[in-house]
Formats: sequence, C-alpha cells, structure tokens
Amino acid sequence: MADEPLVLGIETSCDETGVGIVRGHTLLADAVASSVDEHARFGGVVPEVASRAHLEAMVPTIDRALKDAGVAASDLDGIAVTAGPGLAGALLVGVSAAKAYAYALGKPMYGVNHLASHICVSQLEFGAMPEPTMALLVSGGHSSLLLSPDITSDVRPLGATIDDAAGEAFDKIARVLGLGFPGGPFIDKAAREGDPSAIRFPRGLTGPRDAPFDFSFSGLKTSVARWVEAKRAAGENVPVADVAASFQEAVADVLTMKAVKACKAEGVDHLMIGGGVAANSRLRAMAERRCEDAGIELRVPRPKLCTDNGAMVAALGAEMVARGRGPSSWDLSADSSLPVTETHVPGHHHHDHVHELSQDNLYS
Amino acid sequence: MLLLALDTATPATTVALHDGESVIATSHQVDARRHGELLLPAVDRVLAEAGRKLGQVTDIVAGMGPGPYTGLRVGLVTAASFSAATGARVHGLCTLDGLAYASGLSEPFVVATDARRKEVYWARYDDARTRSGEPAVDRPADIADEVADLPAVGAGAELYPDVFPDARPPAHQSAAALASLAAEMIAAGEELPAPRPLYLRRPDAQVPQNYKRVTPQ
Ligand SMILES: [Zn+2]
Repeated sequence: MADEPLVLGIETSCDETGVGIVRGHTLLADAVASSVDEHARFGGVVPEVASRAHLEAMVPTIDRALKDAGVAASDLDGIAVTAGPGLAGALLVGVSAAKAYAYALGKPMYGVNHLASHICVSQLEFGAMPEPTMALLVSGGHSSLLLSPDITSDVRPLGATIDDAAGEAFDKIARVLGLGFPGGPFIDKAAREGDPSAIRFPRGLTGPRDAPFDFSFSGLKTSVARWVEAKRAAGENVPVADVAASFQEAVADVLTMKAVKACKAEGVDHLMIGGGVAANSRLRAMAERRCEDAGIELRVPRPKLCTDNGAMVAALGAEMVARGRGPSSWDLSADSSLPVTETHVPGHHHHDHVHELSQDNLYS
Repeated sequence: MLLLALDTATPATTVALHDGESVIATSHQVDARRHGELLLPAVDRVLAEAGRKLGQVTDIVAGMGPGPYTGLRVGLVTAASFSAATGARVHGLCTLDGLAYASGLSEPFVVATDARRKEVYWARYDDARTRSGEPAVDRPADIADEVADLPAVGAGAELYPDVFPDARPPAHQSAAALASLAAEMIAAGEELPAPRPLYLRRPDAQVPQNYKRVTPQ
C-alpha cells in the first residue's frame, strides 16, 4: 500500500517512556527512555518514581522519535497511546500527552490496549499478522495466552497466571540468588554456565485436572527459595548457575508446553511470543524446537520490540487507522485494569473528522 | 498575546484564555479524581467559546503545584505537549501564587492548600502579588506559630480552622487568576519560570527488606 498510515505511538504503562513511529508495518523510530536504574535499588518498579520520570522524558522522547523517523509531526495520520492496563499515574502522563499532541495537530487519537500492542508489534518484524494468531505474552506484569482473530477488535484470553507473572518470578529468584534487578537477564546469564536438569523444580498447573492454559509460578518460586535456603542452612555452597538453569528450565517448559497445546486445541498454526521474558534465550530455543515439532510457525520479535516500547503502540494504532476503527474521545481516561478484550477505547460518538469537536455550533 | 492558562494541581481542573487585556473565557470543574478526563475537553470548550484556535495561542502557563502529583502532572504534560506541537511559549507559575493573586489582599497572609495525609502545602505572602518564601508542606499544627494571626486563603485554611481561624476566599484555584497574573508579569517584562513540578515530597518508595525467607525459622 503506497499510503500506509503514519502513526506515532506513546507507551507509559510501567517504567519505560516509549515513543515509536511506524508507517503501516514499517518501523521508523523506536525511542525509549527508561527509569529502570532508579528502580533497581528498590528491587521493583516504584509507581511514583516511574510517573515522575515519564513527565521529564515525555516531550524529549517524542522529539527524538520524530527526528529519528525523519518525519514532521504535521505529517502524522494519527497518534496512539496505551490507555491501559498498567500503572494508573504512569498511564495518565502518556494519555495526557497524546491528547495534547493530537488536539494541537488536529489528528485522531487512539487509546489502545497494552497487551494487544505487544501482539501487534510482530507486524513490524514479520509483516501482516496471520489471522488468527496465538500469542504468549510473558513479562514482569503479564503471563497470558491470547487468541486473536483480529488484533484491532477481537482478542480472547485463553489463560493467564493465577498468581505471579513469569517476569516477577525471575525477579524474585534473582533476589534469592543475590543477582541483580531486573532478574531476567541475570538469570539467563547465570544459567548459561549451569545444568538445566540439575534440580527438578515443580511445573505449576500441569496436572490432568488443572486449568490447561493458566499458569502458576508461586509454587515454583517457593520451591526454589526453599531449596536454596536448605543448602545455606546446611552450610553448603549454593550452585547458582545450576539453580538458575533449572529454574529457567521449569518456566520455559511450562510456558512453551501450554502455548503449543493451546495452538493445537484451537487449530492455530501461528504462535507469537512477546513481553520482556520473550528475550530469554532458553524460552526462545525451547519454543523454536517445540513449534517446529508441532508444525507451528513461531514469531518472536527482536528483544527490543518484546519489552515495553512505543513502536508496538504505534503498530496497533496504524492497524486501527488502516481498518477504519473509530478514534477515542478527548475525555479518554487511563484505565489501569483495562480488560484484554478491549483492544482499544473508541469514543462515545464516532467523529468522522476530529475538528468537528471544535466547531462553534457544538458549544454555542 | 493570547495566553492559555491551566491548573490541575488542586481538586479543580481550571482553564482560562487571556487576550492581553482581560480573561475572555474560562472553565472551572472541581473533581479531584478526573483531571485527566476533564482537561482537554475544557481547553476545547474555552477556545470554542472565545472563537479561537490553539494555534493562535502565543503563551501557555501551567500551575506547577505544589499539589497531589497525579493531577499535577496532567496539566504540566499537557502544557509542555501543546507547546512542543504548536511552538507557543510555555511557562509555569506556582499554584499558590494564583490563589494569592485572586485574594487581592494587600496585607501579609498565607495560602494553604490540602496536601492530604493531614498536611498542607503553604506559603507566606506580603501581599497578593508578593510571596515571601518558598512553598512548603507541613502538618498544620507544626506551623501554627508561624501563621498565627494571619489571614489565610485556600482550601487548606478551611480544612484546619484551629490553625487558620481567619480564612478568606477564594478556596479554589482559578486559571483566570493565574492567567491575569501571568499576563501582568509578561507585560511588565518579568521572566516567568519554566514549568517544573513542585512535588515538595520525595516519592513514596519502600526499599524492600533484603529478601524475605520462605522457610520458617
Ligand atoms: Zn508490557
């Protein structure tokens, strides 16, 4: 398509201020300012610290994205923003900025779902998403299996974690082992020197009567902590590499097993994996092998597109424009618990033209 | 000059447009939890009422607080984004200065707003135009001596009558006052501050205890 939509996307649901620009399925800019270092000493994301950092970074990050993409703000066809789910105060900074830019530029504004954006980002790497697509989203905030026949309007949750998110388990085990935050990269690195079959940690919710597509990482986390504490109590050295590798093996095993099972159950031959944990090398390797064995085509975007970023929001926004979905209203609110089934937040009235709102007759 | 003033640092979402002569349109809504939803429609309404467009605005002034942070950021990021998109100059003014200006008082007084957690944001003024110190956040009882016998403006004064027995209007921030003050300062060639949030408190952040054991000892 010669005139694919040019869309800027803003993502502020957690600790990354992300601004991306896409033209249809083509990534033009992916600017990110992260406050992760400010959170590291707390061992987790501190909402108020994140919100303050978003305010500081918002306009400079938008400027940088426009410069990187080599486009003028006036050329944009629309502005998309994460409306939820996420941290309420953090979301509100992005939503307010998106409204102000869109209003000032006379562009439509689309409040979109963070999880649907994680799925849609695969279009920037692999082209148009097959429909339906099965998605496994794993990060510090989410662990979900989602089936999407149409990413702009239809995302169906098949299963989710009943306790901790996968990424949270990585953070906690990294802390147990005295590694850094966020835990994922540190565990991945330590595990490279370890034996994944050294310790057989439990696989949560894999019994015959368990919910087939739900996850649980709390029992695994406790089991690893107990194992490490017992070693320490006995005055023995903790084999950090083996523990990391065995823990990571248990997580990757359950995630990939259930994802493949979901594809088979729904007759879907495409799986995408997104979210920060998708960067985990063992998860990627195991998913590749199991998908190949099952005849499923696997799509895992590069790590920078898997973690929270603005490009994924722009990608979904561009799809909204391309499919003629209605823009959001100027009173769009940030919704920290926006359900995954709400792919976007359309306005109360469908405005064919954004300037309509400013016409005198509406207010005189 | 066409100046757009907005303030979301108190329970009010307040917007005003000033043409250099006077305030030509205002919007004022009080709902402490909905700044994010209310602000943009309010700006749109104010511009429409005055028959102007955002692109004609030459100066934007945002209340910098102090105020509860979530609402405060809505106004500041909106002002900064408008400015980045249109090229209008953007300034900040202390929210308490707007309340002080609106009081019209010519004698020493204090402005106090609700900081929640049983505290007030406050500052002392020599008169409606002149603040005599930096804004602070304190428990009312801890500043009782410092504010004794002074008239007090703002919702914080009404909340703690024991400490502020001489409460005067207004209780709520108005962008009209902020706009008039800013227009007056610009006309007088005074430099307005860059729009920076006045949080006055460090972020709440519990540093987790070194990791919690799961095995009972
Ligand atoms: Zn995410």
